[in-house]
Amino acid sequence: MSGPNTDYDPVEVTPLKAEEVEAARDAALKAIDAATSLEELKQTRLDHAGDRSPLALANREIGALPPAARKDAGQRVGKARGAVNQALAARQKVLEAEHEARMLVEETVDVTLPTDRVPAGGRHPLTTGAEYIADIFVAMGWEVAEGPLIEAEWLNFDALNLGPDHPARTMQDTFWTEPAENHVVLRTHTSPVQARTMLTREAPIYVVCPGRVFRTDEYDATHSPMFHQVEGLAIDEGISMANLKGTLDHFATQMFGEGIVTRFRPSYFPFTEPSAEVDLTCFVCRGAQVVDAGDGQMITCRTCKGEGWIEWGGCGIVNPRVLVACGVDPEKYSGFAFGMGIDRTLMFRTGLSDLRTLFEGDVRLTTAFGSEL
Amino acid sequence: MKAPLSWIKEYVDLPAELGIEEITDRLTALGLKLEAIETSGAGIEGPLVVGQVLTQEPEPQKNGKVINWCTVDVGDANGTGEPQGIVCGAHNFKPGDKVVVILPGGVLPGNFQISARKTYGHMSAGMICSARELGLGEEADGIIVLPADAPAPGTDAREALGLGEEVIEFEINPDRAYALSMRGIARDAALGFDVPFHDPAQRDVPLANAEGYPVRIDDEAGCDYFVARTVTGFDPTAPTPEFIKKRLEQVGVRSISLGVDVTNYVMFELGHPIHAYDKAKLAGPIVVRRAHEGEKLTTLDDTVRELDPEDLVVCDDTGPIGMGGVMGGASTEISKTTTDVLIEVAHWDPRSMFRTGRRHKLTSEAGKRNERGVDPLLPPIAADRVVELLVEHGGGVAEPGVTEVGPGASLETRKPPTTITIPISLPTRIIGIELDDETVVKSLELIGARVKVEDGTLTATVPTYRPDLNDPYDLVEEVARIVGYDKVPSVLPRRATGGGLTRAQQLRRRIGRALAGAGLVEVVDFPFVGEADFDRLGLSADDVLRRTVKLANPLNSEEPGYATTLLPGLLKVAARNISRGQDGVSLFETATVAFPVDQAAPIYGVDRRPSAEEMEKLLAAIPRQPLHLAVVLAGERTRGGWWGAAETASWSDAIDVVRRLGAELGVPVEVASASRAPWHPGRCAVVSIDGVEFGHAGELHPNVCKAFGLPARSAAVEIDLDHLISKVPATAAGPVFSTMPVAKEDVALTVSVDVTVAAVEAALREGAGELLETVRLFDVYEGDQVGEGKKSLAFALRFRAPDRTLKAEETAAAREAAVAKAAELTGAVQR
Repeated sequence: MSGPNTDYDPVEVTPLKAEEVEAARDAALKAIDAATSLEELKQTRLDHAGDRSPLALANREIGALPPAARKDAGQRVGKARGAVNQALAARQKVLEAEHEARMLVEETVDVTLPTDRVPAGGRHPLTTGAEYIADIFVAMGWEVAEGPLIEAEWLNFDALNLGPDHPARTMQDTFWTEPAENHVVLRTHTSPVQARTMLTREAPIYVVCPGRVFRTDEYDATHSPMFHQVEGLAIDEGISMANLKGTLDHFATQMFGEGIVTRFRPSYFPFTEPSAEVDLTCFVCRGAQVVDAGDGQMITCRTCKGEGWIEWGGCGIVNPRVLVACGVDPEKYSGFAFGMGIDRTLMFRTGLSDLRTLFEGDVRLTTAFGSEL
Repeated sequence: MKAPLSWIKEYVDLPAELGIEEITDRLTALGLKLEAIETSGAGIEGPLVVGQVLTQEPEPQKNGKVINWCTVDVGDANGTGEPQGIVCGAHNFKPGDKVVVILPGGVLPGNFQISARKTYGHMSAGMICSARELGLGEEADGIIVLPADAPAPGTDAREALGLGEEVIEFEINPDRAYALSMRGIARDAALGFDVPFHDPAQRDVPLANAEGYPVRIDDEAGCDYFVARTVTGFDPTAPTPEFIKKRLEQVGVRSISLGVDVTNYVMFELGHPIHAYDKAKLAGPIVVRRAHEGEKLTTLDDTVRELDPEDLVVCDDTGPIGMGGVMGGASTEISKTTTDVLIEVAHWDPRSMFRTGRRHKLTSEAGKRNERGVDPLLPPIAADRVVELLVEHGGGVAEPGVTEVGPGASLETRKPPTTITIPISLPTRIIGIELDDETVVKSLELIGARVKVEDGTLTATVPTYRPDLNDPYDLVEEVARIVGYDKVPSVLPRRATGGGLTRAQQLRRRIGRALAGAGLVEVVDFPFVGEADFDRLGLSADDVLRRTVKLANPLNSEEPGYATTLLPGLLKVAARNISRGQDGVSLFETATVAFPVDQAAPIYGVDRRPSAEEMEKLLAAIPRQPLHLAVVLAGERTRGGWWGAAETASWSDAIDVVRRLGAELGVPVEVASASRAPWHPGRCAVVSIDGVEFGHAGELHPNVCKAFGLPARSAAVEIDLDHLISKVPATAAGPVFSTMPVAKEDVALTVSVDVTVAAVEAALREGAGELLETVRLFDVYEGDQVGEGKKSLAFALRFRAPDRTLKAEETAAAREAAVAKAAELTGAVQR
């Protein structure tokens, strides 16, 4: 850079001439405008705003001017450079946005490509079904009780008023463990959990017990040596059949939807008296006994065989003999109990027709239900 | 229990306008559940007429069969009055017999269209029918031959056959034994419609005398009433009257001979089993006692039975001649030559009946009624009714001798009728319907009880036909069914105040969800195992898992044990899925397994709650049943695709399942190498919490994969879930973490190949001290550069201080200390 030169006539320094500066500025702006990519703009920046650009060179000359001339020239050059830089920045922004947009377009993928690197898992519908049922009762303030699958004979039978010679024992063919004199069986129903609950808790009792049970049934589409039941037990002061009906109606509606209720028929179970069979409004025809064949013609409902009802389970008022064996005062308390097949309930709900599908472990069953029922 | 409606109607004045559905609906509501209504002859259409065989010409055929070319007079039913030519394959008839003919244009059950057609060289115009072809029974020994007094040829045969008769099939609950008779069903029908009942048991019977056949009861607890009557000069060839035959057929019993048919008929009529002996074959007086050890009896079904000292037997001088109340003996059975019949009607102890029936696996119509309880006043009545029918239809003479022995025989010694006392408010309280006293009393009177009410207390004397009524709540059920179960309102009980799911229940759900979320599919399987399963697992002969709880009556004798491990079942399920075309399966199952305890569980009385000690003893005898989780990873764990190749499940995936569960539940799981069948001995981990082992994970032994038909390198897990759940902290402590900058350092250490990563990692942790935040292995290398028997482990260490930015020297010092500790404890050399 040159030192001050008082002999120098500013007007005579060519690069600082107003027209020169304007020309340089205009050239720069034109080039900036013409840049179509970030690379071109980078070159334009070097050419028109870099160290060797006309305006930069002009700027260098300012210092050599006499002080009187510096202000005027400085303002002129500074303004021009400012305009160029501004245009550069603006153009940069535009080009960057364009670049980004182009990149995104280029990165487009086919989102319908498969994404199932890890196959989906799932929980068994019997598990989620049992939970669904339990939750209906838990929401009413009931608790979920449990007991072992291999059970003392006394709890499975005697305590429930099924004495050693009770004819009802032939109704449930039992898996006995060896030696027989150990009096241990695979539980034939979830009812021993009733006994256990009464033996270990104080009334009032409101428990539901979903669980696995065993009977020596041959394995076919509707029978299995292992199946699942849900047992309910309420022991309180003033419990009546009306409470039982109320509870089961609520259960049915929660399980199968509005309009599905229960019907009682007299029956016999040693552990309840009075006893009842529970029928459920047919969830297919919803009690109408007929269904639309699909062509507007009404035909007899196949699910309930035109009865409007289907068998669901058994229930009754807890036999006072059971209360006594389990240490509940029958003078003070009464109770009700009920039991339904979960497998059957599940088949109703899901339309499965072969019980064996539930137990053969094909992953296609479970994954069809996802992780919840 | 099948019951013809016409038979029921004999004893009850049902309004004529009542349809069968109204009747069965009401009876179902009363507890006699409708199973099915059969209408005999359903499915028969068109001309079904009486025919009389005019000619019958046997014609042998090439196939060895002989057919009969017949001409049959069918009156004007064929429109011509000419005899009808019909080919018939049966031979149980002769010219002159009246038969049942379906003419062309008719339809038999199963939509079998009848037309004139050419067969065996004749134009056969119609068919002579068998009972089976008409849907009237299973017997097809030949065609139906009608009695000689059947209507004239050409008459519609439906009436002669009793077609159109409605038979109701009921499902009778074991407590309602009375409904195993027309008498009982009619009784409920009468009370159901509040119409008069005509009790068929209401009859005058001759008084007992000393002239009857000698009978002695040595066991009055087993048999408290024995009535014997004799008919002599009976015609053993006399046919069973049609109405009895038809009704027996309708209730599902084969007609055998008049003598047998009458005893069956009266049993269905009144509900009391009856036995008939050929009196000529009896030797000396009848004695009722328990069997002696070693005694044998050939029963009516020609089976030799080894008698048990608990079995009740009827004996004569030759020894046992019948199993009392269950089945008669062959030696005194009535036959085609029997002219003198001794009738036995005895009241037996239901428990003995049940036990004997079970012991000898005998179910009979008699046993079914005797073990459930019959009306103890019926014996003389039923015996008299049998005598009446035998004399009426088989000729002969009713001997004046009437034997009645046992305490049941006289009013003084007879068990008094049961009385039950209840607060009259009990039905209202238990049923939940507001019932006035009158309704309660009326309901009980309808079933035949005598009722007394005093100061709010009701005492009912129970009718003898209802031995099932003993307890107060039994009366409540009677009131409830008569008032109607459909009248019970729907009222939710008061809101319970439970504490929701228990922690363990919540955690089990969480575990299931976590496993499903990790891509595992839950299955449910049977818990039955056998030795072959254990062999396939490669368990040693003395492996504790071979000690199962054994089933006395397994469904499959190859699988007599209750599972001690879930793996055999799960491995089979995995193989099934693979064989059905899955490229890989990741399965889990949670279920309890069982370990025997070899203690007998006591049987207590039921008149009180067992004491605390008694309960303890009972519970201690129940096999230990921990909840297990088993996992099988077989074949592809991840799928192949545009992202790259499929990954096969490996030992590490199995161990990761357990580690992840630990992380999910906030329980640190320790992993150490182990050797345990069915796992690969070098690729098996034992998992523990606080030093307590709770299961294994890793790759399956190659032989196990082969034995179960699984892909090579399949991996498995089995853990005690109860143990894991028990270790889950009740509340998780909130973590404290620093927000200061992290300092990262990598170290590469060379160690002997048998040094575990866990050991090196533990040493690094110990040496690095508190500034170390995490340590993670990121590479393992074995090869020339580290030398034989060595491996190189590369760890990433992250350091952080709680309160400041770490200086480079501090981090370096901690790192050096970590390396030094690793060198000291594991012989590690920094590379």
